[in-house]
Amino acid sequence: MKLNVPTLASLKEQGQKPDVVFWVGCAGSFDDRAKKITKAFVKILNHTNTSFAVLGTEESCTGDPAKRAGNEFLFQMQALQNIETLNRYDVTKIVTTCPHCFNTLKNEYPELGGKYEVLHHTQFLKTLIKEGKLKVEGGTYKGKRITFHDPCYLGRANSVFEAPRDLIQKLDAELVEMKSCRAKGLCCGAGGAQMFKDAETGEKEINVERTAEAIETKAEIIAAACPFCTTMMTDGIKHHKQEERVKVMDVAELIANAKDL
Amino acid sequence: MSYLPNFIFLILIIVGGGIFLRNILRIKRNINLGKAVDRSDKTALRWKQMLRIALGQSKMGSKPIAAILHLIVYVGFIIINIELLEIILDGLLGTHRLFAPYLGNLYHILIGTFEILALLVIVAVVVFWIRRNGIRIKRFWKAEMKGWPKLDADLILYFEVVLMMLFLSMNATDYLLQQQESHYIQAGSFPVSKFLRPLFEGFSFNSLLLLERSFWWAHITGILVFLNYLYYSKHLHILLAFPNTFFAKLVPNGKFEVDEHIKKEVLMMLYPDRVVSETSSAVPSKFGASDVFDLNWTQLMNAYSCTECGRCTEACPANRTGKKLSPRKIMMDTRDRLTEVGENLNKNKGVFQNDEKQLLHDYISAEELWACTSCNACVEVCPIAIDPLSIIMDMRQYLVMEQSAAPQLLNSMMSNIENNGAPWPFSNQDRLQWANEQLN
Ligand code: SF4
Ligand code: SF4
Repeated sequence: MKLNVPTLASLKEQGQKPDVVFWVGCAGSFDDRAKKITKAFVKILNHTNTSFAVLGTEESCTGDPAKRAGNEFLFQMQALQNIETLNRYDVTKIVTTCPHCFNTLKNEYPELGGKYEVLHHTQFLKTLIKEGKLKVEGGTYKGKRITFHDPCYLGRANSVFEAPRDLIQKLDAELVEMKSCRAKGLCCGAGGAQMFKDAETGEKEINVERTAEAIETKAEIIAAACPFCTTMMTDGIKHHKQEERVKVMDVAELIANAKDL
Repeated sequence: MSYLPNFIFLILIIVGGGIFLRNILRIKRNINLGKAVDRSDKTALRWKQMLRIALGQSKMGSKPIAAILHLIVYVGFIIINIELLEIILDGLLGTHRLFAPYLGNLYHILIGTFEILALLVIVAVVVFWIRRNGIRIKRFWKAEMKGWPKLDADLILYFEVVLMMLFLSMNATDYLLQQQESHYIQAGSFPVSKFLRPLFEGFSFNSLLLLERSFWWAHITGILVFLNYLYYSKHLHILLAFPNTFFAKLVPNGKFEVDEHIKKEVLMMLYPDRVVSETSSAVPSKFGASDVFDLNWTQLMNAYSCTECGRCTEACPANRTGKKLSPRKIMMDTRDRLTEVGENLNKNKGVFQNDEKQLLHDYISAEELWACTSCNACVEVCPIAIDPLSIIMDMRQYLVMEQSAAPQLLNSMMSNIENNGAPWPFSNQDRLQWANEQLN
């Protein structure tokens, strides 16, 4: 099977416009682990015959890591160029698998002239289910203990707590919560541009602390909804030498797997 | 001669109130050293936010025991202060229990309620003290709490117990006076202070009168001293929590400020032909914040409002894993520096004299700033809607944009974005490669 991934440019050539633009993000495009999430999500988009397109080589970093690192100038350079591209294609609706892209596009682009309806993929998948386009049943995950790690930029930053949990419940899985969850969720340690630097000296790494909480729940799967969280949690689990017992997966991957896509 | 007490009381109120007013004006002046930021929008929503968070204590609930204890002290203090009105009028007019004849039975109920509340406040304060000094709850014993902050927290508790004890002792002696002399005003019910009576039984009428007056004077003086103590204390939150929650940001936590000046510059760079009209706007003297003058006034008000409760620090992932960063310390440092700047202004007739110091490095180190994951846990958990993260971000902006002082790896990340449009050194031409790769 091959993925069907149209670009906005190719659709435009044919005089077409997609319903929604899938913003892949830098991790989703280049990082080996995150690419799997991207592909899983596209499988679902293809499966549901969703009319979508990607920007492909016209996409560029949203500027989030630059802004959080303190480089407002670089952030705005990136933002304004992306907005120029998006507006050239009259984009109105965007879905993204990265909470950082989601937050930046949704909250920080409007003031710079980029006003779109922006959805996180967990919200989007929920709508697909609601509209009857996607049917999800337990299958492989029926009865499995799954815990959900709230990405800071999805949860606390934008108050999206229920969409990913609703999806996990659709898998007939047993959703168990960590000690810190929802608005009190503990960061994985990647946000604020930390992903790209070494941590300051301390007693331990943040992902080690967080995965300890996850292991405590005795879950077999840690569900994530962010490519950076996925990486951080996977590393944390390795640190605890639990990689045989605990898997870290994006909600989109869980759904694609459950449907055997 | 008989008016001497009234006169002394008047002087006491004027001096106590006057110093308090001067302090408030100084705080206002210091807060206004901050940069302008518009928070005059959505007034209805702001009132709601203030009523919910400050008056309604809505964010306290996440720690139920602390919430109940705090509520007792908070409600107790507000209600008992109704009595203050009578005390002040009595003092000025030379009367005694002025309201008693007008309120009749209600007066009994009121005094009785005040006494019960006073007892509850004492109990709550004792538990607070035990939590701090007996159980030693961790968040009260972090590095930044050494010295004055620790003493301050304890002093507030002692103040409260002493004030409540004075109030009760005053009532106890008053009741005994009422018993001894039938023409002494007979008023009030004393469900709590009756247990203090044995201490004063057997005293002559005059000794009792002297005691009662002493308690009365000590009580009102204590209140005035406490009022003026606020200026130096984290207890200032009892006033500032209200404006602080009113002016707090209403947008999602994840939305950080988009700098307007930079926007103009970037627009000019990218599209020189489009923006010709607005070239006159003043370019700011510096980007980001290295001192309190560069922060906006809500951030400075945040600093004055902070209760040093440490909920933010307890929730902070960096602090939890042993890094130097503590969001509470960010707020305390900002206040300390602002106080220092304020003193400087006081000494120099309102004109700031360069003291070769600043918030960055002298108070907050770059190491602390770089440890933040911008996770918003501190913002979310703060019971009075303080935003330590915004200060951290403004200071990072200064480090990067004014000093190019980012950690080396972040510099690489940024130059990658600049050159390839991604934080890693991949060519943008390969962005869509995943679509052609093998599936799993
Ligand atoms: S935003 Fe920064 S300071 Fe606040 S809790 Fe998270 S890491 Fe700590
Ligand atoms: S910033 Fe808020 S949570 Fe942190 S110590 Fe101050 S009052 Fe407490």
